Amino acid sequence: MGEFKVHRVRFFDYMPSAIRTMAFNSQTERLAVARADGAVEIFNFNDNFFQEKVIPGQDGRATEALCWVGHRLFSAGLNGEITEYDLENLRPQYTVDAYGGPIWTISSNSQGTQLAVGCEDGTVKIFAILEERIQFQRNLNRHKGRIISLCWHPSSAQIAAGMTDMITIFDAETGHATRRLLVDRAMGASKNKEVVVWSVGYLSDHTIISGDSAGKVQIWNGLTGTLVRTYLVTKWDVLVLSVSKDESSVIAGTSEGTVIQFQFISSTVDQHDKEWVRTRTFRNHSHDVSALAHTDTAVVSGGMDTQLVVRPLLDKVEKNTQESALRKIAFPHRSLVGCAKKAGLLLFQFPDHLELWKLGESEGHGKPGDRLPVKRKPEKLIELKRKGEDHICCSALSACGGWLAYSTVSSVRLYRIQYNNTISINKVSKLPKELRSVHQLCFSSDSSKLFASSCQSSVIVVAVSQQECRYLHTLKHKTGSRQPVHLLCASDDGKWLATANTDCEIHIYNLHKMKLHCMVPVYNSCPTTIAIHPVTNNLISVHADQQIFEFSLVQKEYTQWSRRLQTQGLLSLWLERDTPITHITFNPKNPDHIILHDTYMFCIIDQSLPFPELNAVLWNQMILKSLPVSQRIGQSHAFKICKSFQHLMCVSLLEDLSLVVVERPLLDIMSQLPAPVRQKKFAT
Amino acid sequence: MVEHGDIRVVHCGGSKINFRDPVITHDSRFLLCASGEAVKVFSTSTEECIHELRGHTGLVTGVLLRPSNHLQVYSSSLDGTLRLWDFTDGILIKTCVIGYPIYSFYASAKHENVIFIVASMPSDKRAERFQLVAVHLPQSGDQMVEAQELSAVLSGVNPNPAAIAFGRGGEFIASVNDLQLEVYFFKKQKSFRFFLKEDNKKGGWNTFTCVACHPKDDCIATGHEDGKIRLWRNFNHKKEYTYSTLHWHHSAVSSLCFTPEGTNLLSGGVESVLIQWRYNQESEQDFLPRLGGAITHITVSPDGSLFCTSHSDNKITIIQSCVKVSAVIQGLVKGDSIRTDLMMDPRSKALVLNGKPGHLQFYSLQRDKLLYNLDIVQQEYIHESGLQQFEVVKAALDASDSWLATVEERHQKAAELELNLKLWAFDEQTQSFVLNTTISAPHDAQITAMCFCQPADSQTTLLVSTSKDGHFKAWQLAAPAHTEDEGPSWLCDFVSAYHGLVPECCSFSADGSLLAVAFQEVVTVWSPSTWELLTTLSQPPGAVSDLCFGRLSCSKYLLGTTASNLLCWNLLTCSLEWTTSMDVRRLVADPLSENMAAFCYQSGSTDLFVFKPSEPRPLFSHKAVCSGKVTQAVFAPREEMLESCEESSQWLNRSQLYFLTQQMDLMTFTTKAEEDRLLASSKQTSLLLLFFPFFSQLLQTPAHVLPSTSYLCSMFVQSLLISVSDAREEKAHAEEEMESEKEEEDSEEEMESSRSKPELAAAAATESDTPALTKAQARELRRVRKLDHSWLAGLLDS
Repeated sequence: MGEFKVHRVRFFDYMPSAIRTMAFNSQTERLAVARADGAVEIFNFNDNFFQEKVIPGQDGRATEALCWVGHRLFSAGLNGEITEYDLENLRPQYTVDAYGGPIWTISSNSQGTQLAVGCEDGTVKIFAILEERIQFQRNLNRHKGRIISLCWHPSSAQIAAGMTDMITIFDAETGHATRRLLVDRAMGASKNKEVVVWSVGYLSDHTIISGDSAGKVQIWNGLTGTLVRTYLVTKWDVLVLSVSKDESSVIAGTSEGTVIQFQFISSTVDQHDKEWVRTRTFRNHSHDVSALAHTDTAVVSGGMDTQLVVRPLLDKVEKNTQESALRKIAFPHRSLVGCAKKAGLLLFQFPDHLELWKLGESEGHGKPGDRLPVKRKPEKLIELKRKGEDHICCSALSACGGWLAYSTVSSVRLYRIQYNNTISINKVSKLPKELRSVHQLCFSSDSSKLFASSCQSSVIVVAVSQQECRYLHTLKHKTGSRQPVHLLCASDDGKWLATANTDCEIHIYNLHKMKLHCMVPVYNSCPTTIAIHPVTNNLISVHADQQIFEFSLVQKEYTQWSRRLQTQGLLSLWLERDTPITHITFNPKNPDHIILHDTYMFCIIDQSLPFPELNAVLWNQMILKSLPVSQRIGQSHAFKICKSFQHLMCVSLLEDLSLVVVERPLLDIMSQLPAPVRQKKFAT
Repeated sequence: MVEHGDIRVVHCGGSKINFRDPVITHDSRFLLCASGEAVKVFSTSTEECIHELRGHTGLVTGVLLRPSNHLQVYSSSLDGTLRLWDFTDGILIKTCVIGYPIYSFYASAKHENVIFIVASMPSDKRAERFQLVAVHLPQSGDQMVEAQELSAVLSGVNPNPAAIAFGRGGEFIASVNDLQLEVYFFKKQKSFRFFLKEDNKKGGWNTFTCVACHPKDDCIATGHEDGKIRLWRNFNHKKEYTYSTLHWHHSAVSSLCFTPEGTNLLSGGVESVLIQWRYNQESEQDFLPRLGGAITHITVSPDGSLFCTSHSDNKITIIQSCVKVSAVIQGLVKGDSIRTDLMMDPRSKALVLNGKPGHLQFYSLQRDKLLYNLDIVQQEYIHESGLQQFEVVKAALDASDSWLATVEERHQKAAELELNLKLWAFDEQTQSFVLNTTISAPHDAQITAMCFCQPADSQTTLLVSTSKDGHFKAWQLAAPAHTEDEGPSWLCDFVSAYHGLVPECCSFSADGSLLAVAFQEVVTVWSPSTWELLTTLSQPPGAVSDLCFGRLSCSKYLLGTTASNLLCWNLLTCSLEWTTSMDVRRLVADPLSENMAAFCYQSGSTDLFVFKPSEPRPLFSHKAVCSGKVTQAVFAPREEMLESCEESSQWLNRSQLYFLTQQMDLMTFTTKAEEDRLLASSKQTSLLLLFFPFFSQLLQTPAHVLPSTSYLCSMFVQSLLISVSDAREEKAHAEEEMESEKEEEDSEEEMESSRSKPELAAAAATESDTPALTKAQARELRRVRKLDHSWLAGLLDS
């Protein structure tokens, strides 16, 4: 495996933002998650819950609700605007002001023709969904008090609106309120506190389900307006409800961090007098569960504790398989750390600023496992605040450490950094006008070129030098995919550039000829990271389903090693990991070594060694060391996995062969969260 | 029970009433529970035992109301029979022989004439594998039938009766065992199994402990080792089953029960809190805390008005509408270990021993009823396993029964021993013991023995305690120093040691003039008046573990036991009189005679020898009284002396010997004569009906031709009244007796002719062991009746 001097970096205090709301599109199996900072993330549930797209947030855009209409995604927030997102260019397409004050909720009818929004001033506004835009249609009858939650009846004839102290049912045709369901306040001391109906559900049999701030989940008969049943599920608030597609199950998220399932079950076997019964309780969060989605097979929940939890329903999936495993998604599926290998600098990307750090130095040599004394402490060189309202979507640091670039949805900025004991940073003022809205940035290894992925999967090549910054070329492919490029990788010799987009396509460009060289055969899982080997110029790609491919750029075909790996198959231990590989580096000393990492481990793949048997038992180092040498060699295989560092944000190998390991312990993130609601554990 | 001449060892009362869940009858008036080899019928309002249904020859393992007749009850036993009883009259109706020991059994209204039993089938290779077997009861009029049709329903079930329950009126049966729930639908003959993981991540144990089914809905409630209750639904699907979890208990849920309407679920466990969960609104719970010992069973009366909980301290609590404890039926409390000696309270003739944790119980042997509990520790007992709490370890009563001394201790790991000596004075007004003095840390180490001086004339009482710290202390009641409002209290009078040896036991002579303290191998004899060491006796090897002075004519002897020998010293000569080699575990002296009883442990069982110290030959010996060791025994003085002429049973004339076996069964010895008398009296009471012509007429006349009840009532009262004055009572009494007897004889003959034989026998001999009487026996009975009529006078007087 080899021995490395390791920089264990723990000063990247990345803090994910709380999950505010989410919406699941069952046709495309995509989950849209809105965070408190306004960012929207798209997860593909068909592809190992891979985070395909991230639309960066914006100051002042507090997204309260998300809504899918076919392939289109709408959001509404407390700034009073309805936004439709451009999912190809990862930015808001347009915003429409509803003129009703802050918007609390948005909901579309089942046909996808109308959008209802609930506003602070008590109006429910109906918008018609047209091609390319939405248009205000009319207001439903105005009521005093804000509209907190909305739900259309599947027939689109009625809308249930949750307000304070009541639920109102509107006739969508006439706009009149047909029924008002009064919701009881909490008992005891909070009797005079008004109760907020945080969430409503409207089922096709005219059953209305409501969750409110008194901790109740109530089931109403919408035809008669009567209360059928009350479940007091928490002492605090029921924040969110989600109904399964077949309307046989409802889940409710509470402030205590629990998700409670209700099921529509016949009380006696083989009879049809079904009723709603509280069944399971899931306890996967420490804080408020403010977002829920009920997919066909799983409960997806998110909240204040920033983690997205996918809890499969064991009655819907095969037990004791990878499918039935609980998943927690805590970190983004892309790298937020840039590393200047030659200069020993680290660039950390935050939504509103960038940090440039110089790694520390140590002296002396120790035994493996020793902790070396630090001679020079790591030093924060620059904290660069972004300009404007938009959050940073990507950043790049050149290998020499002389150039720094970042981009928001509206602009790209390039800085020249000079470092000799004192640091100086100069903004490159005149950028070519092609560099406007990019999704990914990358410097060539000799720092002479900057690559930026732009709309329609095109890549803009810009020459960067001391004097000027000059537009060279736009690389385009021919497949017609309009999906954004999320990965960019230039080869060390400066000849090749590889791009990957969310249509799972990987394109190879020849930079000498400035044209498309070839396209890697499309695999059905999205690549999570790509890298070009510095010596052999083979492209290594790792996909969301954990498969590894090696593609020879010269021969335009998969290498022998890759074919052998595919025929033999990967270990189930490897395939069952639930976080994607987010970064690949190579060992310049030993070209056979490929270093990859995910959140919980890093792995060195030795291409010269045989693959382990599929059913082989993997020994840990302690046992291996105790074996005699001959046996140890017999046991050696291509996968060397190290789990001594956890919650990894980045693993990279510097030029001086020291390994940089950037950790962000989940416990540190938890400790920065606000205190959860108080819960009494024991009582009579 | 071992037959031995005419003296038998018998269980005497105090048997477990919390072994199986009790049954409340449809009219909520009676509570039936399995108790040893009998079924006891209690009144739910007066807590009194009305009668016992006797007939089983093995431990009764279940009681169940017959679904088709609410006046009849089934009982099952390890003797392999099912018996059907009429519990109001206490008549055995039918016996069904199964042939296998029955561990628990179930019945439901849907399955007529089918009883489901749990039995261990010998056909299985594994040692203990239990099966649920359906037994079709043969439909014949015979009293004794043999069940032929057996068919296995489920195999691998738990023998615990709480582990199986019928659902929705017998549509399905749910059985839990270890980590598996199995539901069997009778109609489809299909079973579904659901498994849980052994333990979850949070350290809970998922093992099932009990199950209950909702009476109307398809909902199964299961209790678990970690205190969770799961409500299972949709269990007719292999995959789409679902359950919700309720969690309040911190330890295992021991019992679950739905109310008959299904509106509430009751649960209980070691916390001794009865919880009422609202069905479908499980966040609302009602609690009934502080019920006593850990709850072992919960049952609800068929109309739902009464709940009843069994507790680990041999108690049944009857609760009205989940709020009020209306009655408590308390049996002899048998904890895990009884550390005090058995004692007799001379005043109440009650047996005194450890009861509930931190209490002493006073148990009346005559009435087989707990009189009261005396709270010694006076601290709240926390129902949680693994806690070290104060325990009463020693108790002593003085001869006049005016003082009670108790020792309580708590020994925590890594902490010093906490020790309290408490002295209680008997208060005539409240008729109970009142705390007089508390001496905290009377010794530095555990107290090994304690005894009161029993002087006949002296006014001062003396208490001697010996401890492992090497000292023995004498305590005396001293007048208060200067305050007048306080009464006298106990002070330490004398402290002594002997060569640093540890005193193991102490004993006063009958007149209180001598105190013997055994310091390992050495027995020291002291004069309590001067505290002078009079002499030392020693007989190595072996430490002396028990000391006893002889009584009455044998008061010159001092007896001691070591691990291998029984020793007898003559105090006049200060020499060893005799010694015999036996492993005596317990030596007790009869306070009313010279007799002493020695319980010897030999190869797994205990032998009893009764002897006089002055005589070389034992008066009585009984091999293998019981298995295991006997460490507690007591002679209880009889209220009236027995006149037994047989030599071997004479020692039982004045007092009765009680002892506790290792299994915590209270046993005693009875003589043949005593048994006969008991039998006769019980038969006579049951023949009450036959004695009075009025009753027999009443019973034989069809109900529709009877005059009105009010008319009958006055006739009935008149028949009981005696119209003559006290002076002539005797004569009139005799006359009436003669008369009634004659008439009774007539009526009985009449009955004999009119009724079928078994019925008569059943009516005549409910309490007897044999269900059917032969003609010869009936004649014998009549003879007995003629002999003794004194009981009738007593009855009429009262």
